[in-house]
Amino acid sequence: MIVAEAKPLEEILESLKGMSKVLVVGCGGCVSVCLAGGEKETGIMASALRMKRELMGEPLETLEETLTRQCDPEYVKELGTLDGIDCILSLACGVGVQFLAEYYPQTWVLPALNTKFAGATIEHGLWEERCGLCGECVLAQTGGVCPVIRCAKSLLNGPCGGSQNGKCEVKPNECAWQLIYDRMNNLGRLELLLEVADAKDWSKSRDGGPRKVVREDVKIDD
Amino acid sequence: MEKHQRLDETFNPKIIAFCCYYCAYSAADLAGSLRLQYPPTVRLIEQPCSGKVDIRLLLEAFEGGADGVYVAGCLEGDCHFLKGNIRAKKRVNAAKKILDNIGLGGDRLEMFNLSGSMGPRFAEIANEMTERILQIGPSPLNKVREKRAKKGEEGDLK
Repeated sequence: MIVAEAKPLEEILESLKGMSKVLVVGCGGCVSVCLAGGEKETGIMASALRMKRELMGEPLETLEETLTRQCDPEYVKELGTLDGIDCILSLACGVGVQFLAEYYPQTWVLPALNTKFAGATIEHGLWEERCGLCGECVLAQTGGVCPVIRCAKSLLNGPCGGSQNGKCEVKPNECAWQLIYDRMNNLGRLELLLEVADAKDWSKSRDGGPRKVVREDVKIDD
Repeated sequence: MEKHQRLDETFNPKIIAFCCYYCAYSAADLAGSLRLQYPPTVRLIEQPCSGKVDIRLLLEAFEGGADGVYVAGCLEGDCHFLKGNIRAKKRVNAAKKILDNIGLGGDRLEMFNLSGSMGPRFAEIANEMTERILQIGPSPLNKVREKRAKKGEEGDLK
């Protein structure tokens, strides 16, 4: 899932300066799961903003709505007309914020979250990055541990000199290549590591500009 | 009774107490049976467990004009649902941060732990919280009080 966390309240308040009626929109997708932008968090955010603005002597009126997802047109369209709204405050990831902006060109759309990474829930309240969205998966060569995102240098052919006692020198995380070696060793597939990986084609990642997936077989032509 | 009389005549705090059915709510019952006096500032809201309380509920109370809010759950380790009171404590702490952040003050919110047999402690907590709120003063978010003051029903006009 995409993992996000709330922006500092001050930053959101600053962006809402001069606004008196705001539609706070949550998202029922990833950010609900990572407890950053679901229905509950939307309620908390709206309540905190209303109270703060009341204390500042500039009352804020909020409407709350939580869409099933903010990255699909059928749900985004559910917002309907936005008469009398000064702006939309979106508690979705960057995708949702942009999608709302695209579908409501006349409305000012603001983000309430910082989108962090594609990750997994390690335990309730702890999320970790697991995928670098590089566009060409190498997990088959690395035993299911991604060196692209879990190695600080994205090294594809073994660890660097900063791997000490299984830890990375950049952050006190496990060295990705230690994890890869251990896993390959356990599975008896160490020989796979003898293959040298060619230079990665980064044009399939962010270096190639914004990406697009087209599937003609699932397109609906009316 | 003595503390009750010390209430500021111009400021009668409104304190919301979210009470766990298994402890604080029973303790309140016991305090009543024991004829213990505690200030009439506290409004009890029965909860099936203190773990039922979430941040939205706490903020809603403040937004509705509560001067103070507290959550009363079982003693740690004694929760009927095992960990409800521990979770409630974490949520109370998170809500305190939000209240500090918006400038209302996290001190207006507190978590207490007691058992169903602690009637006197229940009265003590009600007194303790009332004293604290009297010191902090009325919530600036309470708009009803101003209206009542205008009608001469409660408090002073600012």
